[in-house]
Amino acid sequence: MHQTRRSVIKAGGAAALFAVFGGVLLQPGRALAAWNKGAFEAKNIADAMKSVGVANAEESKAIEIRAPEIAENGAVVPIDITSNIPGTTSISVFIEKNPFPYTGTFDFSQGAVPYVHLRVKIGESSPVRVVATAGGKHYTTAKEVKVTIGGCGG
Amino acid sequence: MADPMKIRATLQGDVADVRVLMAHPMETGQRKDAAGKLVPLHFIQTITAQLNGKTVFTADVSQAVSRNPVFAFKVKGAKVGDKLSITWQDNTGDKRTDELVIRAGS
Repeated sequence: MHQTRRSVIKAGGAAALFAVFGGVLLQPGRALAAWNKGAFEAKNIADAMKSVGVANAEESKAIEIRAPEIAENGAVVPIDITSNIPGTTSISVFIEKNPFPYTGTFDFSQGAVPYVHLRVKIGESSPVRVVATAGGKHYTTAKEVKVTIGGCGG
Repeated sequence: MADPMKIRATLQGDVADVRVLMAHPMETGQRKDAAGKLVPLHFIQTITAQLNGKTVFTADVSQAVSRNPVFAFKVKGAKVGDKLSITWQDNTGDKRTDELVIRAGS
C-alpha cells in the first residue's frame, strides 16, 4: 500500500512539473514562427525595408536616436531610441552597411513606452536607420555612426 | 540551459524602467575560431516580456545584436508586486525564462 501511494505522488509531481514547463515553453513558439527570415537575410537596406513592410516610410524628426558619433568598438555600440510619435506600436532598426542590415523590430503593447535601448555590432561606419510604426503608417530617421574597429569579423 | 538573465526594474512613478542582460554568445556566423574554421550562427531571435502575464514588449532580432545582449524598455502602469517575466529563444531552439517581482525602490 505504501509503495503504491509513493509512486502515485511521484507521478503526480512529474505531471505538475510538465504542466509548469509545458506552459512556459509554448509561449515563445508563436513568436518564433513570426521571425521574418526573408527580411533578416536581405543583403541591402532597400530589400530589407521592403521585406519588413516599411519601404514607404516618411522622414520624421519625432524619432530620437541616441548613439555615439564615433564608436571606438564596433562590437558593442549602445543605441537608445525614443519615438515621440503618438500611438507608436513598433520600432525597427536597420544598420545600412552591415552584411545583413535588418537588426530587429521591437513591439510595444499594454502600456509599454515606445523606447528601447540595445547594443549592436556595426561592421563599418554606417547610418543607423530607425523606422517607427504608428497607426499603420511608417516614419523614419537615421543617424550616422562612425566605427574605428569593426564588430562583425574576427 | 543557458545562464540566468540579470533583470532589474526601477519604478519611477508608475513607469517601470526595465533593464535585462542575457548571457549568450550571439555568434554572427562570420567569425573564425583559432583553427580558422567559421563559428556557426548562434544568436537570440525572439524576446518576449510579460507583466502579470500580459505581453508588453516583444523583439525579433538578428545576429547584429552584441554578445551578452543588453536591452532596456519602459512599461507604464507598473506597480510594486507586479510580476515581470522575460523569455528569449535562439536559432538553435534553446530558450530561457526568468522572472522578477517589482519591488519598491528597487
